[in-house]
Amino acid sequence: MNTLRVLGGIVINSVERVGRAAMFLYEVLLGSWELLRRFYLVVQQVYAVGVLTLLIILVSGLFVGMVLGLQGYNTLVKFGSANSLGLLVALSLVRELGPVVTALLFAGRAGSALTAEIGLMKATEQLAGMEMMAVNPVTRVIAPRFLGGVIAMPLLTALFSAIGVMGGHLVGVGLLGVDAGAFWSQMQNGVDFHDDIMNGVIKSVVFGVVVTWISVFEGYDAVPTSEGVASATNRTVVYSSLAVLGLDFILTALTLGEV
Amino acid sequence: MNQPSHSTPDSDVLVDIRDIHFTYGDRPILKGITLPIRRGKVTAIMGGSGCGKTTLMNLIGGRIKPSRGTLTVDGESVPDLRTRELFELRKRMGMLFQTGALLTDLSVFENVAFPIREHTKLPESILRKVVLMKLETVGLRGARDLMPSELSGGMARRVALARAIALEPMMIMYDEPFTGLDPISKGVIAKLIRQLNQSLGITSIVVSHDVAETCMISDYAYLVGDGRIMGEGTPTEVQKSGSEHVRQFMDGLPDGPVPYQYPADDYVTDLTRSIA
Repeated sequence: MNTLRVLGGIVINSVERVGRAAMFLYEVLLGSWELLRRFYLVVQQVYAVGVLTLLIILVSGLFVGMVLGLQGYNTLVKFGSANSLGLLVALSLVRELGPVVTALLFAGRAGSALTAEIGLMKATEQLAGMEMMAVNPVTRVIAPRFLGGVIAMPLLTALFSAIGVMGGHLVGVGLLGVDAGAFWSQMQNGVDFHDDIMNGVIKSVVFGVVVTWISVFEGYDAVPTSEGVASATNRTVVYSSLAVLGLDFILTALTLGEV
Repeated sequence: MNQPSHSTPDSDVLVDIRDIHFTYGDRPILKGITLPIRRGKVTAIMGGSGCGKTTLMNLIGGRIKPSRGTLTVDGESVPDLRTRELFELRKRMGMLFQTGALLTDLSVFENVAFPIREHTKLPESILRKVVLMKLETVGLRGARDLMPSELSGGMARRVALARAIALEPMMIMYDEPFTGLDPISKGVIAKLIRQLNQSLGITSIVVSHDVAETCMISDYAYLVGDGRIMGEGTPTEVQKSGSEHVRQFMDGLPDGPVPYQYPADDYVTDLTRSIA
């Protein structure tokens, strides 16, 4: 009976928290609308969450592309299809690895930083101070960070995929001797703008919204103590990663239409 | 006692708190407090930690709503205000937080400029002059380019004070303005509170448990304990009060109406109890 009560409590708390997060998103979206007049606040956040995440994205993209090139070549060469390496690398990156790995890296680097920053602003009464200065912290602090994340994610994904293709080219063409013309032409012929590129873009936008939403909500909802901020940061990374992987399956199933 | 009865509305009263109750979860914090605050005066609200002083400030600022009772600021019923109206009222209120609550990513200058930028469209040249004037008032014009992390506790609170007066409010609430400061900084803050009150006519509410500094600068003082008003009057009257509760607080006695021991079972029974 006690177990049932505890379980019920957990379910009620979770549902209540999801409801609070949804109300919060609504407030953030209203705040985002007001930011059209002060877009420089968003640009600052695109720099903070986007540009400052660039290094980890580019380095990871390069190595993921290089590994894809190596693994892909070893498999394709068995079937005499090594010339399709460019297509394999590009499709893997554009459709799957680009959006997913970028979102996971984004959650770990920028998402956790957003949560910690907002949580500490709450703990040090900066958000309360703004409220008392008649400034809505959701409009002034949260909405620019949310929009910054949503804008940065597709751009980072595009750069991840682009540098990944370069990595695949470096290994496939540069080291393993795949024909450069075949590498690029197979890619050009096989990658469809609507089915492949847009699929990746949609995923990256969805991941951008979800990861940034989780990050800013966890920060805003954090218990204003050092322990509270630490667990909020932890939750951001865990929830964001799970949400990205779960949504990736759903979005892939929806776009392929095979489930 | 130089304040009139609390039962009739008075245009001289800026903040009128009547029979306010506030409960946090199941725990009653305020149990029917009536507390008028006069325009242009420095009013102290004193009491031990956790007695509900900061809750009172949050109620006045509209950050929380009372469970019962009425609370008006400049004739407006704060709990009934809509968000937009509340924000309009807050533009006329300043609040100095215990931590200063400075925005850590902005310089001293930008912190003071923040409310002005948010609420006015002053040209940059005029804004600069206004900010420098506010910083000069608190003696920190030379620290304009420092970041909050480079300030001492006392300096941070002075910057926060400059920011609080940036929009020239009708009242300022000070939440524990002396806590954690060295004697010189305490003296500086006390002088500034008094000076702002006299030169700008700002109504000041000082919430504090520092008896000496608070009594030195206030015109009228309330002593809150156990969610109620335990004593009130001019600082001299409060200091001479015969009330046991007031005496314990003013003299800093470790035991009295506020017990030294947290409620617990009998000591010997507790020690001899076997651990099952």
